[in-house]
Amino acid sequence: MRRFEQFGILRNLTSRWDLIAFVVVLGLIAFLGEAARGLFVPLTQLDIVPLSLDPRHLPEYAARTTLRMLVALFISLVFTLTYATWAAKSERAGKLLVPILDILQSVPILGFLSITLVFFMSLAPGRVLGAEFASIFVIFTSQAWNMAFSFYQSLRTIPIELSEAADSFRLSPWMRFWQLEVPFGLPALVWNMMMSMSGGWFFVVASESITVGHNTVALPGIGSYIALAIEQKNLPAMGYAIGTMLLVILLYDQLLFRPLVSWVDRFRVESDPGEDTPESWALTMMRRSRLIRAGKVAFRAAVLATSRAFNFGDAAERVRAKRSKRRSLDLLWVSLVAVAVAAGVWHLVASLVAHTPVHEAVQVCGLALITMLRVFVLIALASLVWVPVGIWVGLRPRVARVVQPVAQFFAAFPANLLFPIAIYGIVTWKLQPNIWLSPLMILGTQWYILFNVIAGAAQLPAELRYAATNFGVRGWLWWRKVALPGVLPFYVTGAITASGGSWNAAQVAELVTWGNTEIEAKGLGSYIADAATAGDFHRIVLGVGVMSLFVVVINRLFWRPLYYYAERKYRLT
Amino acid sequence: MSSTPLLQCSDVRKAFRKPDGGELIVLDGMNLDLYAGQIVGLLGRSGSGKSTLLRLIAGLAEPTAGTLSYLGEPVDGPAAGIAMVFQSFALFPWLTVYENVALGLEAQHMPKDEIRKRSLQAIDLIGLDGFESAYPRELSGGMRQRVGFARALVVHPNILLMDEPFSALDVLTAETLRTDFLDLWGEGRMPIKGVVLVTHNIEEAVLMCDRILVFGSNPGRILSEIKVTLPQPRNRLDPSFRELVERIYVVMTARPANGQAAGRQERFPGLGIGSVLPSVSSNLLSGLMEAVAAAPFSGKADLPEIASDLQMEIDELFPVAETLQLLRFAELEGGDLKLTEDGLSFAAAEIDERKRIFLRHLLAYVPLAAHVRRVLDERASHSARKSRFIDELEDFMDEDAAENTLRAIIQWGRYAEAYAYDDVNAMFSLENPT
Repeated sequence: MRRFEQFGILRNLTSRWDLIAFVVVLGLIAFLGEAARGLFVPLTQLDIVPLSLDPRHLPEYAARTTLRMLVALFISLVFTLTYATWAAKSERAGKLLVPILDILQSVPILGFLSITLVFFMSLAPGRVLGAEFASIFVIFTSQAWNMAFSFYQSLRTIPIELSEAADSFRLSPWMRFWQLEVPFGLPALVWNMMMSMSGGWFFVVASESITVGHNTVALPGIGSYIALAIEQKNLPAMGYAIGTMLLVILLYDQLLFRPLVSWVDRFRVESDPGEDTPESWALTMMRRSRLIRAGKVAFRAAVLATSRAFNFGDAAERVRAKRSKRRSLDLLWVSLVAVAVAAGVWHLVASLVAHTPVHEAVQVCGLALITMLRVFVLIALASLVWVPVGIWVGLRPRVARVVQPVAQFFAAFPANLLFPIAIYGIVTWKLQPNIWLSPLMILGTQWYILFNVIAGAAQLPAELRYAATNFGVRGWLWWRKVALPGVLPFYVTGAITASGGSWNAAQVAELVTWGNTEIEAKGLGSYIADAATAGDFHRIVLGVGVMSLFVVVINRLFWRPLYYYAERKYRLT
Repeated sequence: MSSTPLLQCSDVRKAFRKPDGGELIVLDGMNLDLYAGQIVGLLGRSGSGKSTLLRLIAGLAEPTAGTLSYLGEPVDGPAAGIAMVFQSFALFPWLTVYENVALGLEAQHMPKDEIRKRSLQAIDLIGLDGFESAYPRELSGGMRQRVGFARALVVHPNILLMDEPFSALDVLTAETLRTDFLDLWGEGRMPIKGVVLVTHNIEEAVLMCDRILVFGSNPGRILSEIKVTLPQPRNRLDPSFRELVERIYVVMTARPANGQAAGRQERFPGLGIGSVLPSVSSNLLSGLMEAVAAAPFSGKADLPEIASDLQMEIDELFPVAETLQLLRFAELEGGDLKLTEDGLSFAAAEIDERKRIFLRHLLAYVPLAAHVRRVLDERASHSARKSRFIDELEDFMDEDAAENTLRAIIQWGRYAEAYAYDDVNAMFSLENPT
């Protein structure tokens, strides 16, 4: 099993650049919000197609939703191939681009939506297109960052001899990119695409039906269908929607990602034959139909033709150019960064501090603490349940083969579809929402802990387990000295993902509606959700900013050190 | 044979700038002429700069000083007539054998038919018929390196550069591949004029090369140039072959000629606590001492003999032997390794006695170990951070060397029970582990 490597590359970057990146990102967000506010267009002009809860429309809605996912995936791919390449090739740019990426992936995804929605609407006033843009943008933000990270990481770790071989055979930069760099990065990229995608369903559901101020924009799609079903308290419709979602995710997995993962396996540099090659019936079918061969031939021909047509520089020239240092450019770069930072600070000051009373800021930090407490308690509880289960499953290959895909499937399933059920329970039994809404935050993300632990337990060397049995290591001692340390690096990876996902879910999990029943838990998520509904930009920016800050700080001070510790001490190589 | 060299290197020097502004010289005063029809071997241990020189010739790196010219033209980037075979094969795993071979021609934007014709020719020549559509992962190491050769030959280079091309293969496969290569070369069936071979295997150099440049380390430089006039095919058991191997061992174990006046000259670069040390395990040290002390060597071993006896490459054997010399457990001279009296008594002793002898020698002859011990003794807490010593070492050497040197010091100190080290907190101490 492959892991996320999102932290692997950040080890050596100084915190100075992190700080700069943070300011730049927040400044940019504030700027977007400001700009959008100025361009505010009455949303009443939108010609909204009325939705119907008739299940006969569901296939069409599902197709629209899927299309949105695909478009966003494509844009993420383009972003990855350009942004990550730029960051990796230019040391100067990389110093800023990489921390920016790191900050961006800490910004709550629905926060992006709240802030940028009006901006996108204003791009295409009076049409549904603007809302389409916004929805796609949200899915993009849920996918792009870790894809870019993974590709950047791959570019930085190309084996030196492969790179030298490409140089010595004088591949042009264009050929080098398509024949060496992209293929090398592909396995990690596809894996991250799959992970991103599974997160994406959650956000597509949340982003299709958006309320700003007094207006609700509903794009045709499963997400809107569900929103309408919730509004009308239509239980059968909810059932149809959940069924459709299950089917769509299953098809996506079987028709797109299984074949991709299986196909991309051969791009791995280190692998030997005989290792567990992922299988896919769809890929086998495509292979038989010679579709892949034809595609490959076409691709190579295209690379060659473009390389020939544009004659992208001589390889020797490239090597020479790499050597020459340009000091003046360095200076220009530093001053550009300085200007960007200054602008970021100015915007932050202008849009936050000036418009926000101090007590509001303090209150928001307090709310963030409450949400943080929730996330940590939930992660701890989920760990108590899923770590033992994961180890038990992982040590039994036959069980693992069944459970592992199911866990991955649950992780992809948008948990927000199930929220109304929780409301029903809370209302019926008159439960305390501050406590009983909390589990929703981890409903969809706990599976990351489970399937990472399963993967960890499955790779525990058989000899280690035999040795433990041989020396009579049993019971609590076995858990303490063998099983838990053995899966720790995997567990930490899973917990990091789960924690990030829970912060993201806070905005929809702390404020849940069913018809006209609205239940709210105190926290930063519900604060942002409230502000978004009210269309109050300063409160949205404040909330999103504080949440990003909390996520960044928690990552830096807690998860990242833990990750390195686990990697160093417990990684079995 | 033409009179102008294919390749000419004069006074080539390669240095890297250290963070503190100083220079780390990798290669110095390098002169090399390659004429048509020759195989020139660059022989040395890792860190002697031989691979660096190869990369300079390939145009993958740039010399700090001196000139390299190929057919009279200065080398300032990968040249069309120079192709390289890599130690780890460096095949693109996502391309088939055919596609890997064709890649170099595609990069030159050659017409399609020509690419096809020449690629199949090269595949045929190197014995890869029938494997055209296989992916590298489906091939054995030997077959993979054949692809590496075909890929280099297909561009019809004048010069073939080989960077330890057989060292990642098992002994039998390596021998087959070497023989095949020499056959093709002898029959003139390869489209190449000259070869530069980098190797750390003395026998391989004598087997294949017309001239051998023996490299010394720190900084990398040529110790000696040896002409090999034995006719091909050469026989490893031939007395004149053995004699040549022996001679190279002598050259490689000779004491550095530029020694300072003061007493003994160690083989490790740097002086006092600033010596760069190899991280050799105490098991290897005692193992080699036992082997030399035992029959048939009885305290004095001929290096080629013991190397083949223990199946150790010079890259593995030399650091161990040199560490023994540093610790005054052995003397290394004239291609022989001779145990000192303490070395002999170490080999004969039981574990506790061994540790006592080792401790005495470690503190007496390894200044850094003595330094660590002194610092720990002087401090009231009897503990010190690792970073403290790393900082000190980095005044003398680069980061990696400092890390490596300290790893050696930790290992030897633990064995001798001179001090303890806690890896989690990166702390040295005098405490015994509980």
